[in-house]
Amino acid sequence: MVSLTINNKKISVPEETTILEAAKQNNILIPNLCYLKGVHKIGSCRICVVEVEGMRNLQASCMATVREGMTVYTNSERVKKTRKVLFELMLSDHPKDCLKCERNQKCELQKLGEQIQIKEDRFEGQKSQGVMDISSPSITRDTSKCILCRRCVTVCNEIQGIGALNPQQRGFKTQIGPAMALPLNSVNCAFCGQCTVVCPVGALMETDSTQNVWKALFDKSKRVIVQTAPAIRAALGEEFSYEPGTLVTGKMVSALRQLGFDDIFDTNFTADLTIIEEGNEFLQRVTQVLTGGSATLPMITSCSPGWIKFVEHSFPERLKHLSSCKSPHMMLGALAKSYYAEKLGMNPKDIFVVSIMPCTAKKYEIVRPEMFNDGIPNVDAVLTTRELARMIKEAGIDFQTLNEGSFDNPLGLSTGAADIFAVTGGVMEAALRTVYEIITGREIPFAKLHVMPIVGLEQIKTAEILIENPKEEFKFLEGITVKVAVTSGLKGAKFLMDQIVIGESPYHFIEVMGCPGGCISGGGQPRPTNPEIRLKRLQAIYKEDESKALRKSHENPLIEKLYKDYLKKPLGHKSHELLHTHYTKRGKFNELLDE
Amino acid sequence: MTELFECMIINVNVKTIIILLIMEGVLRMALENKCQCAEESDQEKYTRISEIIDEYKNKEGSLIQILHLAQGIYGHIPLELQKFIAQRLDMPLSQVSGVITFYSFFSTQPRGENTIKVCLGTACYVRGSKKIIDRLIELLKVQVGETTTDGKFTLEVMRCIGACGLAPAITINDEVYKQVNPDKLKSILKEFEEVKK
Repeated sequence: MVSLTINNKKISVPEETTILEAAKQNNILIPNLCYLKGVHKIGSCRICVVEVEGMRNLQASCMATVREGMTVYTNSERVKKTRKVLFELMLSDHPKDCLKCERNQKCELQKLGEQIQIKEDRFEGQKSQGVMDISSPSITRDTSKCILCRRCVTVCNEIQGIGALNPQQRGFKTQIGPAMALPLNSVNCAFCGQCTVVCPVGALMETDSTQNVWKALFDKSKRVIVQTAPAIRAALGEEFSYEPGTLVTGKMVSALRQLGFDDIFDTNFTADLTIIEEGNEFLQRVTQVLTGGSATLPMITSCSPGWIKFVEHSFPERLKHLSSCKSPHMMLGALAKSYYAEKLGMNPKDIFVVSIMPCTAKKYEIVRPEMFNDGIPNVDAVLTTRELARMIKEAGIDFQTLNEGSFDNPLGLSTGAADIFAVTGGVMEAALRTVYEIITGREIPFAKLHVMPIVGLEQIKTAEILIENPKEEFKFLEGITVKVAVTSGLKGAKFLMDQIVIGESPYHFIEVMGCPGGCISGGGQPRPTNPEIRLKRLQAIYKEDESKALRKSHENPLIEKLYKDYLKKPLGHKSHELLHTHYTKRGKFNELLDE
Repeated sequence: MTELFECMIINVNVKTIIILLIMEGVLRMALENKCQCAEESDQEKYTRISEIIDEYKNKEGSLIQILHLAQGIYGHIPLELQKFIAQRLDMPLSQVSGVITFYSFFSTQPRGENTIKVCLGTACYVRGSKKIIDRLIELLKVQVGETTTDGKFTLEVMRCIGACGLAPAITINDEVYKQVNPDKLKSILKEFEEVKK
């Protein structure tokens, strides 16, 4: 432990603690901007400077660590003056169009200005040339608002291992962006949107879809169907002052109904369907391999479009490992415009499907050419959790006072297995719950059905499941140990893919989610996302799972009915037409796209 | 007699030295460029750059060194070459271009046969280097950082080159021109073009 004095308060903290954290642990708040706990500390903005007795220069408290006997002042005249000048210098090259900025009242720069009581804006000068990059369907960049904090650079390079964004040029001309001012759509960005979660200002945002959705809602000739991903219900509340980890499923449904959507379906329903299709695909591949045929193993999940784009760029020769299943919301869109349209007796052209997703990559997924049937898109618009919150506020809906609504059928009923699609390890656990039971006729042997080795926020998790006493038709699996791996975040995905490339992957089945922690901390989720909030959302999701009467996808009665009435059998003709897809070789620089 | 003899010795020595210098120059040119007789193809340049990458790629922080040598071979570092280097180093393209655009030494555009650099250090600036730039922009019909359409000159600016006593100074291909005034520029350029012929 190290003893020091901050603002005349004697404190004691562990060695290597930064001054900023030491102060925070002792209820002294030091204003800061670029620092992001556990993610980013490079001391670039200098807002967190403090005065240390005996040192000539002010110290960036997010970088400087404590020393024995140190005397620190976080709020001296010199410190306050410096902070204000620094802030004003940032303002001097900022558009200051706060009133019409998407981040108005949710902007960290704005909040900081209030915190340090900025009353002047003395420096007027040249403004750096901003670039508005609207090339991507997922992420919009407005570099005029960028304050060069480099948080996005850290998440893109260090956490996700992509490096689509990096500082270009230098000095006043510095811009954070892709190489040689290329548009984001033309580089290997996975569209995961993690940069939009950490951006303190309005420089990195999801590409807006609210206008399209309003237009559809006002169009009397359209039947507007909405579906919500499993992760929304555990995070939307944060946008309406609920504690992180509060489940707001019922209120969310009521809000959607008030917004004017005609049918409120649940992506969870098709998460259950995914398990049936993907589980059968996995069994089919294993059977082929074990009975002398050939199939590609390990099979890897395909629910996360950011992960899909990453693998198409980085491992274009390994696309056969991907499950051919579309992601759950694409499946629901496809069914809404076929199965449900037939039930309604409607032309699918008159149906507009909106998906509420925790994800920015889903915005790009819906425009992939494979995601159209008969020239009609499966899904017409994707809104992030943040965009939905904006629409609810815009419509004047008092979220906290809403009643508990419930989803519509036939595409709204789901089991607990579908809920856990929102967290890392969830798709695998849901698949194992079903596949193990298909093979053995028994429940998977884990307490509360949770496959504990793959539950949690670690980057890579693995589990082994021994098959004993299988049913007659699966006798060839007797004594086989199924090895599975789970990862979230693209850096972990690269590690597992590299293993495959060098032929050292011991796994049969791998689950990959593109964002660290899974969809609960996706690129479209409320800001901020940090380890504590991530954990609370995870706990909420498992709570939702455990609260359900049905916990296994194959027990969903409406899924059974869907197969009986329409799809006929898993991996059948209709399934292939509506629920499965294929992938595109891209290459790091999209060089394979032209071939 | 002795004087004459000494003079002859000196003459011989001077000639020998001159011959030696010329030979050394030819040799060095041959060594550095391998071959002066035919223009090296892009493919050969890429092969040489590839060899350099293999030599340096396991050393940490070697990107700048690789870029430096690659520019020496290729003349500049266009996007395609950046992609090649990024791929071979398993490094994000944006990181490679970030370094290239950070240092004014690197160029992503083809460069002229001759590079004119105008010093903008304090002493040169005070003594009128801004006027020199303006005149050069007018004479060459290019902006700073650009190359003339005939590929003869690239115009650049630089900070202090330590020749403050000679202010305002410019350099053409690393040769320093002292106390330049805008009216001198035309003849300097002309003389330079003639030398090239």
